[in-house]
Amino acid sequence: MQIAVASGKGGTGKTTIATSLALSLAKLAKVRYFDCDVEAPNGHIFLKPVFDQISPAVILIPQIQPEKCTACGHCVEVCQFHALAKVGKTILVFPQLCHGCGSCTWNCPENAIIEVPNPIGTLERGMARENIAFLRGQLTISEPMATPIIRQLKKMEQPSEEFVDIFDAPPGASCSVVETLQGVDFALLVTEPTPFGLHDLKQMIGIVRDMNIPAGLVINRDGIGDDSLEELIQEEKLPILLRVPFNRLLAEKLAAGQSLVDVMPEYREVLVKLYQEIREIVGGSDK
Amino acid sequence: MKLIISAQNPTIESPVDTRFGRSQWLILVDADTKQWKAFQNPGVSQSGGAGVAAAQFVVDQNAEVVISGDFGPNAARAFQSAKIEMRLFLKQALTVEEAVDLYNSNKLLKFS
Repeated sequence: MQIAVASGKGGTGKTTIATSLALSLAKLAKVRYFDCDVEAPNGHIFLKPVFDQISPAVILIPQIQPEKCTACGHCVEVCQFHALAKVGKTILVFPQLCHGCGSCTWNCPENAIIEVPNPIGTLERGMARENIAFLRGQLTISEPMATPIIRQLKKMEQPSEEFVDIFDAPPGASCSVVETLQGVDFALLVTEPTPFGLHDLKQMIGIVRDMNIPAGLVINRDGIGDDSLEELIQEEKLPILLRVPFNRLLAEKLAAGQSLVDVMPEYREVLVKLYQEIREIVGGSDK
Repeated sequence: MKLIISAQNPTIESPVDTRFGRSQWLILVDADTKQWKAFQNPGVSQSGGAGVAAAQFVVDQNAEVVISGDFGPNAARAFQSAKIEMRLFLKQALTVEEAVDLYNSNKLLKFS
């Protein structure tokens, strides 16, 4: 079972829910937690992993061999990311714009391009509290490309019925979120009843519908904001799997690095039930 | 001398655009005769790499000088390799034509 926890809007409680779900299921199943928020991973604060493996995340970028290059400019034309430019008889490479797609190498008529690894971050693996396998990707500061790291992070383990995999998604509704959602059985959308939460939830609903992924909602900070979220949910007919009422004391403890289930242990049982509901939804769908 | 200036509209009377890669228009101007031609900036519609796309266009036009409000690191690297001079109009120039006049009287700051 692979579950992605996503939100659109940042700070709605993705990591709060993802880490507490992992902790709640750890006694019942083998749990793997993947921190896919590679630009600002923070699951480690709550799950306290000890890392025993670290490796560089690399993408292959072009290197032009000047003795073979005729500066025909084919590579510049085929690069849709503008990672190459032709200036006089020289081809310039802009590594930070390169997605590592290989089109330039493939299309070079002179075989003048070789591919060299360009490190953009790190991949880490370790064990966390309650025997949760913890995997984390981290993008090097100033590197702009999050998706290759997320792809490589997810590939560190094979999907297996033996495991519950929890993917803590990055905020937003762009490529890196889509990469996190790719192939999962279920999307748990964490939102809050505010105009920002609502706006981004609409985008997330569009994405999961496009990708044909069953989804359910967690309404965090329930009780604040307005009713527009409830109206949308009725229209969209999405199941509400959990409501977490706004609670200042909880917010303070979370900010101090305690997990939801540490502060309010009764949520363990609630989150186990939420997982059972997810199983029912996934079992009843095509999968 | 062939100049390219980032602009908001496709005329020499247009207000300048302080952005280079994302400016709507690039105006090619002959500094001596003030003959001009407006081009849609190929960078403006790109999801990424706008600066490089716009710079490639400037290089392909054989411009000798490019004038804008600022240049990003990628565009600047392309222009340095192409030996195209970069100048900044800061807050002095309001229109493309004024930017040309300021360039001709050597009042535009060199980008470095």
